[in-house]
Amino acid sequence: MRWCEYPGLITGNEALQNYGCRMATGLGITLQLVAISVALGFVMAVPLAVGRLYGPRWLAATITGYTTFFRGTPLLCQLFLVYYGLGQFRPFWQEVGLWWLFREPFYCALLTFTVNTAAYQAEILRGAIQSIPRGQFEGALSLGLPRWKTLLLVIMPQAMILALRPLGNELIVMIKSSAIASLVTLFDLMGATRLAFARSFDLSIYLYAALVYLALVEIVRRVWDLFERRLTRHMALR
Amino acid sequence: MLDKLALLGFGPGGWGLALLQGALVTISIALATLPFGLALGLLVALGKRSRNALVRGAATLFTTVFRGVPELLTLYIIYFGIQVLMQKLWSGFSMPPFVAGMVALGLVLGAFSSEVWVAALDSVQRGQREAAAALGLSRRQAFRLVVFPQLMRVALPGLGNNWMVLLKETSLVSVITLPDIMFITTRANVTTKEPFLFFGAAILLYLFFSLVSAWGLARMEARANRGYSAFGGSTR
Repeated sequence: MRWCEYPGLITGNEALQNYGCRMATGLGITLQLVAISVALGFVMAVPLAVGRLYGPRWLAATITGYTTFFRGTPLLCQLFLVYYGLGQFRPFWQEVGLWWLFREPFYCALLTFTVNTAAYQAEILRGAIQSIPRGQFEGALSLGLPRWKTLLLVIMPQAMILALRPLGNELIVMIKSSAIASLVTLFDLMGATRLAFARSFDLSIYLYAALVYLALVEIVRRVWDLFERRLTRHMALR
Repeated sequence: MLDKLALLGFGPGGWGLALLQGALVTISIALATLPFGLALGLLVALGKRSRNALVRGAATLFTTVFRGVPELLTLYIIYFGIQVLMQKLWSGFSMPPFVAGMVALGLVLGAFSSEVWVAALDSVQRGQREAAAALGLSRRQAFRLVVFPQLMRVALPGLGNNWMVLLKETSLVSVITLPDIMFITTRANVTTKEPFLFFGAAILLYLFFSLVSAWGLARMEARANRGYSAFGGSTR
């Protein structure tokens, strides 16, 4: 007996007995989707934030356009534009060898979520870097540190502490938003739950899914609190 | 290419009018949800500061739940849940999607805006309430005449943020068949097989609404702060 069969057994809920394991698989897809896209988004966000603040004017303007576009439009619309819209140009993608990406809903969702969260995270990092006092830059420069080293060794470590909480919130937002992936035929936790409801007409299955999402979000919040306490233990907060 | 653009026009076979109607539905649901959600948020925020532990607990539970459950799931639960419950009372009942969308988005907005209200309530100093009490104002009067006007200034940026999130979240109501921008463009895509064109048009509509909102909010913030520039605060 697999672990995913226990929830159905314990609750005695028929829909959960029949679809518990599918939902568990869906949960795995949700976790993959969120973990990969948030991590990749962060990798993208760092150069975006730095380019936006210290890059040449054309670069800063381009990055501002990018963040405004992705933060100003619904994720659902972005996902449809990528999955259906870009999928429309199949011959082109086949020619450049990228059809594998636009054919799969999972990769489409991953791509959309990554570029979306990169925009949000870039804005978070930009705000954090901007709120580091000028004196820190000046002090580092007067010590003879080159600009990139100032950024890497002096500014970034301080900015990351400031960015920690909003980044945690962004992770939570992405966990919730990932439910949208179910609308492009992906069987993540939400998708599996929708399937279970469509076949069983048992509304309680949605409530169980809500509990799982709630637990996920709560775990992230607690872990993030621990992170924060550990990383700020040198600061006299209390 | 140009003949494809005609699909977005108002001529025969053009989806221009339908798209405009969809945009109207999107704006309507967002505007209809706003006062309901904000009022709920303020109520929850006051509940969090209540002296009654039970009320405090209920308010905290409310925000934890509606901030933690995906909006899409909340929407389904409200839509199908009320449908099933009401059909037990009256079998002919069918849930209007607009109301379901409004309730679901309003609950989520209530949870998120309550955080903003709490922070704003904290920013109004104790002395303000005490002075109001000393002047003989009742607690209710003190809140309405003294605390609330000061509250708005501090809460505005956060609430503006809530509005931008709400505007984007309305795109989800298309899944419960409310004919908003996403619903119309999805249907147009099924008919014309031009997804890039239509979802591109949809995203530009949303972007337009976001930019207009950001502009309007910046003006409102400038207005709310107009008395504070003398103290070193920025009016812009």
